[in-house]
Amino acid sequence: MSSMDSGMDILYLLVPMSILLVFVIGAIFWWSLTSGQFDDLDGPGYRVLMDDDTTKKSDDAPESSQ
Amino acid sequence: MQSQATYHYKVVRQFSVMTVIWGVVGMLVGVIIAAQLVWPELNVHEFLSYGRLRPLHTNAVIFAFGGCALFATSYYVVQRTCHTPLFAPGLAAFTFWGWQLVIVFAALSLPLGYTQGKEYAELEWPIDLLITVVWVSYAIVFFGTIMKRTVRHIYVANWFFGGYILTVALLHVVNSAAVPVFSAGILSPKSYSAYAGVQDAMIQWWYGHNAVGFFLTAGFLGMMYYFVPKQAGRPVYSYRLSVVHFWALIFTYMWAGPHHLHYTALPDWTQSVGMIFSLILLAPSWGGMINGIMTLSGAWDKLRDDPILKFLITSLSFYGMSTFEGPMMSIKTVNALSHYTDWTVGHVHSGALGWVAMVTIGSIYYLLPRMFGKTEMYSKSLMTTHFWIATIGIVLYIASLWIAGVMQGLMWRATNADGTLTYSFVESVKASYPFWTIRLLGGLLFFSGMLIMTYNMFRTMAGGKAVDAPVLAASGAH
Repeated sequence: MSSMDSGMDILYLLVPMSILLVFVIGAIFWWSLTSGQFDDLDGPGYRVLMDDDTTKKSDDAPESSQ
Repeated sequence: MQSQATYHYKVVRQFSVMTVIWGVVGMLVGVIIAAQLVWPELNVHEFLSYGRLRPLHTNAVIFAFGGCALFATSYYVVQRTCHTPLFAPGLAAFTFWGWQLVIVFAALSLPLGYTQGKEYAELEWPIDLLITVVWVSYAIVFFGTIMKRTVRHIYVANWFFGGYILTVALLHVVNSAAVPVFSAGILSPKSYSAYAGVQDAMIQWWYGHNAVGFFLTAGFLGMMYYFVPKQAGRPVYSYRLSVVHFWALIFTYMWAGPHHLHYTALPDWTQSVGMIFSLILLAPSWGGMINGIMTLSGAWDKLRDDPILKFLITSLSFYGMSTFEGPMMSIKTVNALSHYTDWTVGHVHSGALGWVAMVTIGSIYYLLPRMFGKTEMYSKSLMTTHFWIATIGIVLYIASLWIAGVMQGLMWRATNADGTLTYSFVESVKASYPFWTIRLLGGLLFFSGMLIMTYNMFRTMAGGKAVDAPVLAASGAH
C-alpha cells in the first residue's frame, strides 16, 4: 500500500525540490559564515537601538511629495 | 551629520494605512460569516453566501491585512537597518498599487464565484500572474536594498523577511500552476490544476502549511525582531539565539504540510513524515518565543503602561501557545479527534488573531506617528482600550471553539453497543450553536478594537504631515 506504485508521483517533484532548497540554504548559510555576518553576535542587537527613528520636536525633515 | 538623502517613507505610510483599512474590511467579513453560522438566514444572496464570503475573509485578512503589514514593516526595517533608502523606489510604488489591485480583484472575483478551489490560493490565474509580477518586484526592491546597504551586517529581521519573500514566491508559483480554459473568455477565467487527486492535495498542503510557516510566521518574526527591541529600548535577549532561530526554522519547516491530510488517501508514511516534522518545529518556535519575551527581562514594568508593548508581548504569548498546540494537533491520535472540527478553526485564530494580528497592530501603532511627523499616537488610552477589547475577544473566540471542537469530535466518534453512531451529524451542529454565538461575540469584540484603531489612526494623521526622515550615517558602521 505504501509502495511507490500507489502513485505518489508528486514526491518526485517535492523531495528533489526540498533537497535542492537545502543545498541553496546551505550555500547562503556558508556565505554568511565566511563573509563575517556572525563575527559579532552582540553588537548588532545594540546597533539597532542606536538608530534613533523617533520624530524630532524641531522637525526640519523635508516634507514628502504626498 | 545629516545627509540630503531621506528614507522612502511614502510606500511605508501607504501600506501602514491600508493595513488598518483592510484589517477592518477582512474582519468585518469574518464577523458576517460567523453570524451566518448562527443565523443561516443571513445568506441573503449567492454573492454573499457563506461559501463565497469565507475565502474572501481568509484572503482579506491574510493577504490584504497581513500582506500590507508585511510590506510596510519590511520596507521600513530594511531601510532603517541597512542605513540606505529603498532600491528602485518606483518599483516599490508599483508593489503598493499592484498589491491593492490584487486585493480589489479578489474582492470582486471571489463573491462572483471565480475560484481555483484551493484553500488560501483561490484566486484565478490572471490574478495569480499579477501576484507573481508584484512579488518579483517586491523581491527586487527588498534584496536590492540589502545589496546597497551601508553597514556590513544584515540585521536578523531582514533574514526573516528575506526568507519569507523567497519562499512565498516558490510556493505560489508551484501550487498555482494551472491550465487555463479560454472558452468562456478572459473576463470569465477558469483553470484546472496542473496536478490531480492526492498529488494535488499534497501540493496544496505543502503550499498551505508553508504559507502559514513563511507568510504568517517568518515574515511576522521579522517584524517581532525589530519592533520588540525598539519599543522596549533593549537589545533582543540573545542575538545569537535569534540567528539560530532563523536557520533552524528555515531548515526544518518545509515538510509539515502532510499533517493537514491525516487519515486521507495520502500514504500513511507520508502522513507520519508530516507529523514528525511538525513536532520538530516546536523547538525553534519556542526558542524564538522565549527570545522575544525575555527581551523585556529586567524591564517588565514597561508592560504596565505601554500599550504597544502589551500588544507585542501578548502576541508572543499567543505565538508560543499556538506553536505548542499545532504540533500537538499534528499527532495522529490527537488529530483523529480534532480533524474537521472547530478546534482547528480555534487553533488558526489563536495564531491569526493572537499572534499575527497582535504583532501587526503593535508594529503599526509604532510606525504611524513616525510616518506622520508625530511623536506618539493621538490617544494612548484608546490603544490600551483596543488591547483589552482585542484580548478578551480572542479568549472568547478560542475558548468557545475549543469546547465546540472537542464536543464535535467526541459526538462524531461516539458509538452505541451495537456499533451504530450515537449522534447524527445534525445533532452536533445543533449542539454547537451556543459556542458559535460566543465565537461571534469574540469576533465582534476584536473587530470593534480595529474600529478604535482606525479612529485613532485618522486622528493621528489629522494634524500631522507626511514626513521622510533623513538617512543618518550608521553609528559604528564597519
